[in-house]
Amino acid sequence: MNTRIVTGLCLLAACLGGGPNAIAQERPVAFTNAELLPISGPPIAPGTVIVAGGTIAAIGPTATTPIPPNAETIDCTGRVIMPGLVDTHSHVGGGWGGDASGPIQPDVRILDSINVRDSGFRKARAGGLTTLNIMPGSGHLLSGQTIYAKLRKASTIDDVSIRDAAGKPLGGMKMANGTNSQKDAPFPGTRSKSAALVRQKFLKAQDYRRKVAEAKGDAAKLPDRDLEMEGLLDVLDGRVVVHHHCHRADDIMTVLRLRDEFGFKVVLHHVSEAWKVADQLAKAQAPCSVIVVDSPGGKIEAMDLSLATGAMLEKAGAPVAIHTDDPVTDSRLFLRTAGLAVRAGMSREKALEALTLAGAKMLELDARIGSLAVGKDADLVVLSGDPLSVRTKVLETWVEGEKVFDRDDPEDRLFAVGGYGAGRDQKAHACCTDERLSETK
Amino acid sequence: MRPYRPILWFALIAIAVTADVRVPAAEAPPLVAVYGDVVHTMAGPPIEKGVVVIDGGKITLVGSALDIPVPPAARVVRGKVVTPGLIDAHTAVGLTGYLNQDQDQDQLDKGEPIQPELRAIDSYNPRERLIEWVRGFGITTIHTGHAPGALVSGQTMVVKTVGETVDDAVIVPAAMVAVTLGDDARPGDEKKSPGTRSKAVAMLRGEFVKTQDYLRKLDLGDPEKRPDRDLRREIFADVLRGKLPLLVTVNRATDIDAALRIAKEFGIKIVLDSAAEAYLAADSIKAAGVPVIIHPSMRRGGTGETENISFETPATLHAKGISVAMQSGFEGYVPKTRVALFEAAIAAANGLTTEQALATITSDAAAILGVADRVGSLRPGLDGDVAVFDGDPFEYTSHCTAVVIDGRIVSEEPR
Repeated sequence: MNTRIVTGLCLLAACLGGGPNAIAQERPVAFTNAELLPISGPPIAPGTVIVAGGTIAAIGPTATTPIPPNAETIDCTGRVIMPGLVDTHSHVGGGWGGDASGPIQPDVRILDSINVRDSGFRKARAGGLTTLNIMPGSGHLLSGQTIYAKLRKASTIDDVSIRDAAGKPLGGMKMANGTNSQKDAPFPGTRSKSAALVRQKFLKAQDYRRKVAEAKGDAAKLPDRDLEMEGLLDVLDGRVVVHHHCHRADDIMTVLRLRDEFGFKVVLHHVSEAWKVADQLAKAQAPCSVIVVDSPGGKIEAMDLSLATGAMLEKAGAPVAIHTDDPVTDSRLFLRTAGLAVRAGMSREKALEALTLAGAKMLELDARIGSLAVGKDADLVVLSGDPLSVRTKVLETWVEGEKVFDRDDPEDRLFAVGGYGAGRDQKAHACCTDERLSETK
Repeated sequence: MRPYRPILWFALIAIAVTADVRVPAAEAPPLVAVYGDVVHTMAGPPIEKGVVVIDGGKITLVGSALDIPVPPAARVVRGKVVTPGLIDAHTAVGLTGYLNQDQDQDQLDKGEPIQPELRAIDSYNPRERLIEWVRGFGITTIHTGHAPGALVSGQTMVVKTVGETVDDAVIVPAAMVAVTLGDDARPGDEKKSPGTRSKAVAMLRGEFVKTQDYLRKLDLGDPEKRPDRDLRREIFADVLRGKLPLLVTVNRATDIDAALRIAKEFGIKIVLDSAAEAYLAADSIKAAGVPVIIHPSMRRGGTGETENISFETPATLHAKGISVAMQSGFEGYVPKTRVALFEAAIAAANGLTTEQALATITSDAAAILGVADRVGSLRPGLDGDVAVFDGDPFEYTSHCTAVVIDGRIVSEEPR
């Protein structure tokens, strides 16, 4: 690819306000003869998926799906293609949210502290991940605003952020209950205190909202701007989803009780004991994002953690996604977590959906990602075989029509398998920097 | 339930009175025949349609099911794939418990940097839930004990994953002495030693020099000059005499080199543990003839001394001719333990063949731990330890469907 043309496009895109995100895929790509796992429909084999302009232009049986004349064709015989994996709970990038000053910090944004050159991003691409919800930790009742990120090649956080039509970066709000967020004052010392602190803060936000409404736009009557209150209003008004860390069954039910009191949208994360209240969760249609780890324990709240949580929630009829909680589980082995869920009784279909479309729905991004469907972002993973086999390799990862991981590339391979240098932060990906680097070689 | 309490008490008394005939322990192990579509004996090529016959707790026959008739009265277990009972070549399970609270964490005393006298048998809880957990996946033998995290943290041992007391479970009460070099050897208090890598090595060398003097005095044969008994010296003396290997947990190539240097200077046996950068030092490891118990494949890499770990290290070292085993390692948080079967699976997917990867948790692990005459392969005379699977043992979606230890079927719940 001509670097100068890319530079030009880059600058042009910047003028239009879209940043490097807006680099359009130059030429359509046709992946042919693959076994396609669209997730939103039955497998297609042999199938063709055509991506153009960063989105999926066509999908169907190879025999009946015409290839545009100007398309680059990639023969994927023997390969499996599925949507790029969606991780509803990740900590890659070394970001920190709230500090030790208090238990509730809705003004704090994780996007202000993420290093997009962190090797974790490259490892995540090597695992077939294309969308992440990058969150601050669980050591607070509310540790800050999360960011929804696409694993595009990136130099700044703006390059990875997913934006709404108005250009605002999208994300959720991270909350937690149980023992992680309990410590010395001003943090809570008990579960009841945790709930009381959260309720008091949301009541305050409701008052703030009332004052804003009563001012009817009159500048003289408007309350002073308050970043904390604005963060909570996004939650109360349903613009932002709460991503709530919880393990024990009673903590899970506490989250639902707060949800019902304040009317916010919530995804329940980890849910170690969700299997004990699976029927209640199904009845509440509470989205559950499950962690799959190799043993119970590690802390008392996780003592009854079960590999069968996904299976039992599926059986009860609750929405189920699976997440990495990277670094708790390795993004490169995200597919493995679905394999273990199937081992413990989850259906293949629901387990694969739990890595893709179910997560996309929980991030409210399912109109754009999570399945192979015409019009959706061209985010996909090319696999060497069955997604649930230990021996299957992620061969390529594509984001919006651009290849962001290629196992045949030695540098990418290093991050896929590890080795000397795999822990180091990645090189810059800016077009201009690449050009300068290549000139100095 | 209250009215029935007296009856319950009576029942308990009855059990207490007859406690000497604990049902599982007192009954002779049954005659068991384990059939598999494939039997990986690890003592020869896999046998198609094979059978393993266990009598009195020991393997008596291994071969083709066509040649060996079903023994009358045998308990029959069937599965697709049969392997020896799996061995976790290094863990801290049993000393470390799943709750991760003070009362179940006995794998590390950081009071002093050098404590080889700490015995694993004195901390082992055979009822720990994590033992049952790993056993469900086919792990029948574990090398467990004091964890990495102090220069010399204590002893390790080899046990079966059954038994109500450590005596029931133990195969080797003192297997190795656990040594840590590198960042994790630091006590965390900068006023305490070792504060640097060089200091750690100097302290360790100092102990061996002192122990050489101790041995010299013992060998004088003069009762007047005989040194007082000293638990620490006695253990280090066994290391110098070649009876006890050091299990040296290292990750950086620098620290691997240091471990090999110490082994050469004092002529002692060592086993390298974790060894994240072993691929950089493969030639010297090979030349020294030192085996490696490689870190769990899925260990959190990312930062610090293990940032350069690789899924391909088992294959790289195996290709060099270095003896390797896989392990679940030690975890301080969630998950509280990994499962050696799953760690070997990643090795099988990254350059080792199925048979080679199986060897890292069976025959090769047994050889490194010095227990190959008891466990690790399916041969007549060895312990009747068998794992049965409903498919490729390394596949995520397969299940371990039966576990047999010392001829007793200890689990038939698919896991």
